[in-house]
Amino acid sequence: MAATARHEMKRFAFSLSRNGLLWRRALHHQTANSQQTQVTEDKSTQTEKKTDVEPRPLYLDAQATNPMDPRVLDAMLPYLVSYYGNPHSRTHAYGWESEEAVEKARKQVADLIGSDPREVVFTSGATESNNMAIKGVANFYRSKKNHIITTQTEHKCVLDSCRFLENEGFEVTYLPVKSNGIIDLQEFKDAIRPSTSLASIMTVNNEIGVKQPIAEIGEICRENKVFFHTDAAQAIGKIPVNVNNMKIDLMSISGHKVYGPKGVGALYIRRRPRVRIEPMISGGGQERGMRSGTVPHTLVVGLGSACEVAQQEMEYDRERISRLSERLIHGITSQLDHVIRNGDPVETYDGCVNLSFAYVEGESLLMAMKQVALSSGSACTSASLEPSYVLRAVGADEDLAHSSIRFGIGRFTTEEEIDFTISKCVSEVTKLRQMSPLWEMVQEGIDLKSIQWTQH
Amino acid sequence: MAATPRQVLGLYKQLLREGERFANYNYRSYAIRRVKDYFKDKRGLTDPAAISKEYQYGVKSLALIQRQVAVSHMYSHANAKQVVE
Repeated sequence: MAATARHEMKRFAFSLSRNGLLWRRALHHQTANSQQTQVTEDKSTQTEKKTDVEPRPLYLDAQATNPMDPRVLDAMLPYLVSYYGNPHSRTHAYGWESEEAVEKARKQVADLIGSDPREVVFTSGATESNNMAIKGVANFYRSKKNHIITTQTEHKCVLDSCRFLENEGFEVTYLPVKSNGIIDLQEFKDAIRPSTSLASIMTVNNEIGVKQPIAEIGEICRENKVFFHTDAAQAIGKIPVNVNNMKIDLMSISGHKVYGPKGVGALYIRRRPRVRIEPMISGGGQERGMRSGTVPHTLVVGLGSACEVAQQEMEYDRERISRLSERLIHGITSQLDHVIRNGDPVETYDGCVNLSFAYVEGESLLMAMKQVALSSGSACTSASLEPSYVLRAVGADEDLAHSSIRFGIGRFTTEEEIDFTISKCVSEVTKLRQMSPLWEMVQEGIDLKSIQWTQH
Repeated sequence: MAATPRQVLGLYKQLLREGERFANYNYRSYAIRRVKDYFKDKRGLTDPAAISKEYQYGVKSLALIQRQVAVSHMYSHANAKQVVE
């Protein structure tokens, strides 16, 4: 009997929060409508019409994407407007000028990661780079080796590529991470077999911002003759990455995470010792046969320019972002209790602040804070209400995984935006907690862990 | 030929004035902040060759900002103020 009562209570709590959501949505609609009618009724205030429009939310989702840097657009525009040649046309000036631009961009990317330009292959983005690296290496060496190591907190495209290879008959080890989100190096060493061809471990996690010990992992891989791939989409241009010092064999780069355009990325492929991959796209043999298809020179110019700007601005950005990050964390935790930062307190990229607000449902908080563009995890999974698999992998409790918000600070974030976010966040969390039956129970001193919510 | 302090100051003011004209709040505040911090950082420069190089960079940046300000006004959202503005 007690079980059913508890069950009823849970359903009540659930419906309450759902109703709250609907209610807030309706309210938002109503105010928007009344504003509109006011404007149409009052024609004498036509000049003020524009100021009645709701302001745009501020952007605090730097891990999903970033606005393009104006310097990047400035580099791209001539190629969108005047220089339209196919970079692979060898017979006329249109082709030559485009090719020159592509090769300049290749050098800009290479300079940022400390590689040779010939080791950089342009792709459509980090997802393609990850697919190409994992499937490409696995397939090329499949006659001798059939084992791949990765971690549970990788990006979906790495996990899905591995899943795909598992269906093809490969063996994959999904390494767990410690509660701070970092892998255990001993565990990694133990997972290596003679048949291991590739290890794929991301540099900076997209959800919790944790930095893996890439140099150490690279060392272990080199010793054991395992190719080392890292998804550095979230790291490039933000933290120093050098493929030689870190002994990286393959590395994925994304354009729009470095304030460049979307739809372009790159894959670094080491030449010495040589890493061979089986191409996924067949065709004209562009990019040394590894990625056929006309190189989109406008986007590539944007990526190159973004890398150059990033190299120039890295120290300035880093200092600023760490200051803003500190301000945000301190502002929120000094005014709210039961806020947990997910990930490692030290080995984390400052621009990614993942906080769990206990006893508040993350999605309701996102709705309540509609003036701030935020996300509860990766953009790819933001449509579903499932808690993040990354947070579950670091061992966060189901309820805390449900109440997490990711604050992404970027180059263009200002102090005013951080202060606005802090005050909004504090007031909304307080409001939501006041409505929450769970919060009430906690205030009464009931240990929520002692309650069994589900019957199975 | 190195730029005179007066020319440098003129360029600084021009850069700030132009940066102020960005339609987008974030670009605007970034441009102003970056120009100020850049000049602050290079304040101690005495080598004429270095000053001349930085001056040329400033002139190029000014042209870039002017172009991008123009673009920002062409495609800015109709009356899109940001919440913190």
